[in-house]
Amino acid sequence: MSAALRTGTESFLARFEGLRARLPGDLVARQAAAEAFRSAGLPTVRDEAWKYTSLRPLADNDFREALTSVEGGSLPKIPAIEGPRAVFVDGRLREDLSSLPDTLHFTRFANDPSFGTLSRPDQQPVVALNTMLAEDGAVISVAEGVDAGTLVLVSLAAETEGRSVTFHPRHTIRLAEGAKLTVVELSVGRGRYLHNPVFSIEVASDATLTHIRLQNEAMEAFHLATIYATVQSRGFYDAFTLTLGGQVSRAEFHARLVGPNATVHLNAAQLLGGKQVGDVTTVVVHDAPNCASRQTVKNVLTDKARGVFQGRIEVERIAQKTDGYQMSQALLLSPDAEIDCKPELQIYADDVKCSHGATIGELDDDQLFYLRARGIPEQEARSILIRAFLDDALQSVSHEGAHALLEQAIDGWWQRQSASAA
Amino acid sequence: MLEIKQLSASLEDGKVILNGVDLTVPSGEIHAIMGPNGSGKSTLSYVLSGRDGYEVTGGSATFEGKDLLDMEPEERAAAGLFLAFQYPVELPGVGNANFLRTAFNAQARARGEPELDAVKFLRAAREAMKRLAMPDDMLKRNVNVGFSGGEKKRNEVLQMAMLKPKLAILDETDSGLDIDALKIVADGVNALRGPGFSALVITHYQRLLDYIVPDRVHVLSAGRIIRSGGPELAKELEATGYAPMVADAA
Repeated sequence: MSAALRTGTESFLARFEGLRARLPGDLVARQAAAEAFRSAGLPTVRDEAWKYTSLRPLADNDFREALTSVEGGSLPKIPAIEGPRAVFVDGRLREDLSSLPDTLHFTRFANDPSFGTLSRPDQQPVVALNTMLAEDGAVISVAEGVDAGTLVLVSLAAETEGRSVTFHPRHTIRLAEGAKLTVVELSVGRGRYLHNPVFSIEVASDATLTHIRLQNEAMEAFHLATIYATVQSRGFYDAFTLTLGGQVSRAEFHARLVGPNATVHLNAAQLLGGKQVGDVTTVVVHDAPNCASRQTVKNVLTDKARGVFQGRIEVERIAQKTDGYQMSQALLLSPDAEIDCKPELQIYADDVKCSHGATIGELDDDQLFYLRARGIPEQEARSILIRAFLDDALQSVSHEGAHALLEQAIDGWWQRQSASAA
Repeated sequence: MLEIKQLSASLEDGKVILNGVDLTVPSGEIHAIMGPNGSGKSTLSYVLSGRDGYEVTGGSATFEGKDLLDMEPEERAAAGLFLAFQYPVELPGVGNANFLRTAFNAQARARGEPELDAVKFLRAAREAMKRLAMPDDMLKRNVNVGFSGGEKKRNEVLQMAMLKPKLAILDETDSGLDIDALKIVADGVNALRGPGFSALVITHYQRLLDYIVPDRVHVLSAGRIIRSGGPELAKELEATGYAPMVADAA
C-alpha cells in the first residue's frame, strides 16, 4: 500500500475510534468491519477489483466527519422532479425537506440500524468503510402486493466553509411479494467530499424494483456506491445509473438471481470530461434456472477522462437456461480519453445463453456531415449523435419524470462541455 | 444562382479529381450532369456541399454571389443549398421527425425566420409524405435505419420538400429506384420547379431525365465539362455511350 493510501486508511480508522461511542447499532459488526478495513486498507490498483480505478486522490484529502447541523443558505438545489421524497444532507435525513409517501414503510437507519446479511465488508473495503462509519440512511419496505409508486431519494452534499466531509449512508430496500416501487436516486453537492453509500436490496417473488440513479456530484467529489440486490422468482430489479459527476466515482453492483425466472437489468451511462474517472463494476450471479440478466453500459468520454466497466456474470450449475447479455460501448471524443473494459463470464451450467461485447469508436464523420448538410450546426450535430449513442440505454428508463430529468442532465453536461471547449 | 469557374479539387492524397469545371446554373433552371464512372460527379457535389476530405486547388464557386467554398456545410444549407445523397446516411437513435424539424428550425434560425412548433411541423410533413407515397410511420422510425434503397431516396426527397432549397443537387438519386419510385421522386422534384428553384441532377442514365426534363445537359469527363447542350444531348449519349465524346475531347 502506498504511503498516501495508508494515511487515508488510518485517518478513517481514527475517525471510527473517535465516533464509535456515538454510532448507532451493532458495534460488533462495526468492529469486525474496522478490522477488515484495517487489514485490507483502501483498495489500490494492485487489487484485481480496483486495477483500473485508483483511490489515491481520495487518500490525499484531509476529511472530517459531516457536521451534525448544516446552516441554511448553502444547500445545492434539488433537481426538479415531482413526487414524494426523502432528502439527506451530508448523509443525514432532513425531515423538514422530505415528504414521505404513505404507500410504504419508511424509517431511518439512525433509528433502525441493521446492516442486514447481504453486504460483504470482509470482501469489499469500501463496504467495510461504510459499515464502520454509517450513521443514517433510508430503510424502506413495501408490503405484499402494494404498488408504492415513486420515491425520490436525494443526497445533497452541502458546502461547509471549505471543509471536506465524508458520509456513508446505509440504505435498505425490501419489496415483499408482488410489490412495486420506483426509487429515483439523485446525488448532487458542492465542494470536495466523499459520498459512500451502501444499498441492501431484496426483491421478493413477483416484485419489481426500478432503481434509477443520477450521480451528478460536484466535480471534486468522490462517489463510491455499492449496491447488493437479491431477486426471487419472477422478481425484477431494473437499475439504470447515469454518472456525470465526481473526480473519481464507482457504482458497484452485486446482484443475485435466486429464484427461477427472475430478471435483473444493470444499465448505465457515463459522461465524463476533464480528468474524471468513472467506474461501473457489476457482478451478476445466476443462482436459479431460467433467469435473465441484461447490461448495457455506455461511456461518452472527452478530454482526459477515463471510463471503466468491469462486468462479471457467474452462472451456477443449477442455473440452466440462463439468458445473460452484456454490452459495453464507448464513444471517445478526444485522443486522450480512455476506456478500460473487462468482461468476465464464469459458467458452470451447460445449457445457457450468455453473450458479451464491447465497442469503441469516435463520432462518425459521415453522420456528422449528413446532419450539417441539412443545416444543423456542428456542435448541435455532435450533441444529437451523442444523444443517439445513448439512446438504447436511455430507452430502458420508462419512468417519465426520471427520463426527463436524465435528458436534462445530459443536455446540461453537453452544454458545459461545449462551453469549456469554446 | 450557381456559378462555378475553373473549379479544381483533389483528394487529400493529392489525386486530382476536378480539373477546371465551368458551370452556370441560372435561377429557375434544372441542369443535368452526366458522365462515366470516376469522372468527378460525386466529388463535385461534395465539394459544393462542403464535405471534408477534398482540397480546392483553384477556381471558385459562388451561390447567389456569395463565395460558397468559404462557408461551413450548415451555412450552405441555410443559404438554400441541398444535397440529396447518393448514399443517405443511417442515424440510429435519431427519430426521423425530430431530425427533420431540427434541420428545419436550424435553418430558420440561421436565416432569422420563425421556427415551426411540433404540431405545425408534423402537419406539413404528413402532407409532403402523402405526395411522396410514404407511410406515416417513416416519421417515427430512426433516420434511414432499416429503410429500403427506394425509401432512403424518398426520404431525401421528403427532406428537400420540407426544407425548400433554392438549389438542389441530386447525386444519383435514381440509383436503386424501380420505375414507380423513380416517378415519385421525379414528381417530388418537379413539384418544386419554379422561378426560385434550381437543380443540378447528377445521373448515369438518361432514364431519370425522361421524368425530370432538364433545361441543359452537361457531360463531365476527367474532371471537366466536355460538352453541354439541350435535353437532346442526353438522348445522344444513350445512343452512342460516353466513349466517342470522351475520345473527341481528348
